[in-house]
Amino acid sequence: MNNSNQLYERYSRQIALKTFGEAGQQKLLQSRILMIGAGGLGCAALQYLAAAGIGHIGIMDYDTVSLNNLHRQVLYGVNNIGSPKAVTAAAVLLQANPGICITAINDKLTVTNALEIIQQYDIVIDGTDNFAARYLVNDACFLLNKPLVYGAVSKFEGQVAVFNVLLPDGNFSTNYRDLFPQPPAAGEVANCAETGVLGILPGIIGTMQAAEVIKLISGIGTPLINRLVSYNALNNQLFEMQLAPRSDTNLLIPENEAAFLAMDYDWLCGNTGDTIEIDTTQFDALRKNQSVAIIDVRELNEMPVVDEFIHLQLPLGNIEEQFQDTEHDTIVVFCQSGKRSLLAARMLADKFADSKKIFSLAGGILKWKQENNLKK
Amino acid sequence: MQLKIILFGQLTDITGNEMIALDNICDTDTLVQELNKLYPAMASHQYIIAVDKKAIQENTPLHENSMVALLPPFSGG
Repeated sequence: MNNSNQLYERYSRQIALKTFGEAGQQKLLQSRILMIGAGGLGCAALQYLAAAGIGHIGIMDYDTVSLNNLHRQVLYGVNNIGSPKAVTAAAVLLQANPGICITAINDKLTVTNALEIIQQYDIVIDGTDNFAARYLVNDACFLLNKPLVYGAVSKFEGQVAVFNVLLPDGNFSTNYRDLFPQPPAAGEVANCAETGVLGILPGIIGTMQAAEVIKLISGIGTPLINRLVSYNALNNQLFEMQLAPRSDTNLLIPENEAAFLAMDYDWLCGNTGDTIEIDTTQFDALRKNQSVAIIDVRELNEMPVVDEFIHLQLPLGNIEEQFQDTEHDTIVVFCQSGKRSLLAARMLADKFADSKKIFSLAGGILKWKQENNLKK
Repeated sequence: MQLKIILFGQLTDITGNEMIALDNICDTDTLVQELNKLYPAMASHQYIIAVDKKAIQENTPLHENSMVALLPPFSGG
C-alpha cells in the first residue's frame, strides 16, 4: 500500500461521511492547531485531533506531570511523573499517529511570546487552568483574528464555546470578554486544585472542543459561534445560551501589539495579592473628606444614577489617559459592582505610584445604595 | 408572580440549590438586588445572566414564564 492509500485507509471511516468526505479530510490535514495547556482538556482534545489527522498540532505547556494529574490527564502514566507535559504528550500522540506533525512548546504563554506563537496557527484551543492565561489567550486571539475554541471546567460542570470567528457580515463573533468582561477578583473562583474536578469532566469538555475544531475546519455542522454550552455531568443536562457582543468589549482588549505587550495579566487577575478595596463605611468616611476625589468609572449613561454625593465621571476606558489631578491626595473609584473600579484603581495606582492613595469601592454602587437604603 | 432561576457552578454553593424561586421580580436589576440581599455572597461573584437562553447585559423585564439562568466563569482545565 502506498502512502496515499494508507492515508485514505486510515481516515476512511470519516471520509465516508458524505458531508465530510475527502475534502474535509484534506482540510484537516492542511490545518495547524495550537493547544494551549496539555492538562485535562488538552489530553482529551489532543487525542482525537491527532487521530483525526490534523496536519500540524502545536502543544504549549510549561508544567510537568504530577501524580494527582493522572486521574484526568490520560495521555500520561506514572512513568511520566516529573516529565514536561508538552513533550510527553507530543511523543504519545506521534506514536498513535506518526503521519502528522507535532510541535511541543515547553514554555509558559506570556505577552512576549503569545502573538508570535499564535499567529503560526489557524485555530487556538484554550485548555488553560487559570484566568490570567484565559484572558491573555482571548486578547491575543482577538488581536490576531484567530478563532478560539474555549473550554473550562469546575467540579462536575463545564463550558464550551467558539470565539472570534469571522462572520459572513465581516464582523467577528463574540469572545470571552463578551461573556466575562473582567477577570474575577482573586479568590472569587476557586481552581481545580481547590475545589476538585471529576476526572471524566475535562475528558467530555475537551472532546467537545475537539469536535468544534473539526467542524470549524471541515465546514460541517453548526459550530458554537455566539453560543455557549454548559454541561453538567451529574444530571447530564446541557444548557445552551446565545451570546451577544458587548458595547465595551473592545475597550477592554489592548488595542494593538504595543498595548498587549504592556499588559500584566497576572496582576489583572489579582495574582499579586495587594488589596486596595474599601467597604461602604470606609467609603462614606473618605467621601466626606475634601482632599479625596471620588470618580465613577462606569459608562456615562449607566444606571443607577448617583446623586447622593459629588463625584467625577470618567469611564474606565478613558481614565488612564484623561485623569489628571493635582489637588487631591486620595482617589476613590467606584463602578456598578466593584470589578471595573478595581481595575481602574490598579491602573491609577500604577500611574501615580506612591504620590496618591487609591481605593476602589468593593461591591460597587449597587452595594452602597443597598446598604444606605437599609440605614434609612 | 413567581420566577424560577437556574444556577450553575459555584453559585449553587451559595444558594444551596440549582434552582431557586423568587416572588415579585419584575426585571433583572431587581433580581440582582434581591439575590444580593438574600445571599450576600452573590454580590462578590460575577456571572452571566441569561433570560430565555439569551445572555443579557442591560436591565431586562421578566415575566412569569421567563427562564433565568446565572452562569459563573470557570477557570479549570
